[in-house]
Amino acid sequence: MSITTDSLPQSEQLSDLLPKGRQKRQQVYERVVGSFLNVVSLIAVLVLFAVAGSLLPPTIQFFTDEVSLGNFFGSKSWYPLFADPMFGVWPLVLGTVVVMTLAIIVAVPGGLAVAFFLNQYASHRVRRVLKPILEVLAGIPTVVFGFFAVNFVSPNIAQKLWPFGEVDFYNALSAGLVVGIMILPMMTTLAEDAMNSVPQSLVDGAYALGATRREVCTTVVYPAALSGIIAGVVISLSRAIGETTIVLLAAGATANFSFNPGVAMQTMASFIGFAGIGDQPTDSTGYRTIFAVGTLLFIITFVLNILSVRFVRKFREIYE
Amino acid sequence: MSTDVSVERLDVSTTLTSSVTGVRRSKDVVFLIVLWLGLLLAVATLATLIIDTFMTGRSRLNMDFLTGFPSPFPEDAGIQSAIFGSVWVVVPAGVVSLFVAVCTAVYLEEYAAKNSRVQAFINLNIQTLAGVPSIVFGILGLAFVARGPLGWGFTVRTASVVLGMMILPIMIVAAREAIRAVPSSLREGAYALGATRWQCVRRQVLPAATPGIATGSILGISRALGESAPLIMLGALAYVSTNPSSFSDYYTVLPLAIFKYATEAQEEFQYAAAAAIIVLLVLMLALNFIAILIRDRSRKSW
Repeated sequence: MSITTDSLPQSEQLSDLLPKGRQKRQQVYERVVGSFLNVVSLIAVLVLFAVAGSLLPPTIQFFTDEVSLGNFFGSKSWYPLFADPMFGVWPLVLGTVVVMTLAIIVAVPGGLAVAFFLNQYASHRVRRVLKPILEVLAGIPTVVFGFFAVNFVSPNIAQKLWPFGEVDFYNALSAGLVVGIMILPMMTTLAEDAMNSVPQSLVDGAYALGATRREVCTTVVYPAALSGIIAGVVISLSRAIGETTIVLLAAGATANFSFNPGVAMQTMASFIGFAGIGDQPTDSTGYRTIFAVGTLLFIITFVLNILSVRFVRKFREIYE
Repeated sequence: MSTDVSVERLDVSTTLTSSVTGVRRSKDVVFLIVLWLGLLLAVATLATLIIDTFMTGRSRLNMDFLTGFPSPFPEDAGIQSAIFGSVWVVVPAGVVSLFVAVCTAVYLEEYAAKNSRVQAFINLNIQTLAGVPSIVFGILGLAFVARGPLGWGFTVRTASVVLGMMILPIMIVAAREAIRAVPSSLREGAYALGATRWQCVRRQVLPAATPGIATGSILGISRALGESAPLIMLGALAYVSTNPSSFSDYYTVLPLAIFKYATEAQEEFQYAAAAAIIVLLVLMLALNFIAILIRDRSRKSW
């Protein structure tokens, strides 16, 4: 009995402590702000779902009503916008692979070289000059690179110096090389970030044992940073695959099934851009072709992206 | 005794350095040459690009070119509507994207529980979004914004929304990094004085993070200013001979004016394209310069 009578006034005092008036309003305000921020942060999620949601329905219709998957992946002829259309996607895939390979041949060794230089060779002053130059290169718009590819690289380099046969005016070669230059700064940054997070004790240990800078680079920094570097390569790949404007300007508009980079080619991305210029009627097979190729492109870059996240995570697990 | 040891060590190290001879030495030299070639590739290409474009475009670079409108005659062609179009498209895209990005960054850094499922999910989404090729945003714009549910057509607001979505991941990452760089002592001080979470964010964290957010978002905006691929699909590749005066007007932008001129057959249009490139690069450099200024002005050591 005495316990309950004692505890009653106590609970009244407790309710006195609960926020009232201004404090109560403050608390509600806090909660509103918190939920508002939470809702806004879901916009990024929504955008990604919108991307997937805009691609899927026309793609499904394309494959169920118009072109079979067997036809899409089983033929080497791609003339989707002709009167008598053909929908074999391989010329686009091969074009993408050719441009991507050329780009990677330029960007990965180039980016690694610059990253090694910045990481082990460059003095503080050299670095202060070099970093802004790379930032400017990274900020050059793709349409500018495309113009450079057509007007400079194609006539002055691709057509003059390519040792394996004739090079057409529009060619995958100049597109691929310039895409490589475009992704080089990004490859450099990612590789250098990976190299910078290699513990200094490893590097110091190697120098203490008498290793030269080259030996430190190739036997300590490179293997220790490898998974970070691979993540960088994968991200670069995904960038090269998705690049539209440079390829559209420099590689022409013909979907050739060819391994010869001296001829005009179309990649998946540049086909989408090309078909987009033509302003296809909304309810046509030509219009839905854009979505089918877009879905393929999205899936490929999505997989590469997940891979790179994996590699970065693995890398972080080791050193952080 | 101890001096003896150090002398011994010195001897060892000198013999080691002097032993870098023969094959090792030449391998070192070859390696360094390869690194220099990599550097040369980056620097020489950038220099060639800038010099070549400038030489091609300088004859067209005058007031008539800046104030003129597109024309079928290359010597009359100008880029006024493209410059105004770029401003009309990019400014709202940047402002809206910045607002969303700052809210998202504040939520993820200050509100969401660390390493929670929600945070991991949103993180993965942002990373994936950052990897989506820009042309795919063009498809999204075509299907959902220009046509489909919104049906805004090929107008300024369509382009603006699409570019805003495209730069969102860049802006979010920039804002998060800026917020993360604010030392936790500032937050702890605010909380110790009885500040609520939002008070702490608004009065301590956000002001301290503003320079970082500004620098990062300017880079995002300059990305939007130079972007061409998604707008190719959204009707910007047209001869537009008036400046936009509302968000539902037709438009063109600088990168697409360059694209248009670059694909014309006549040689003189190439000069116009190069001149437009110079204008675009100068605008972007100016933006970057502002970013660098902000960064240097606010370089604080906490």
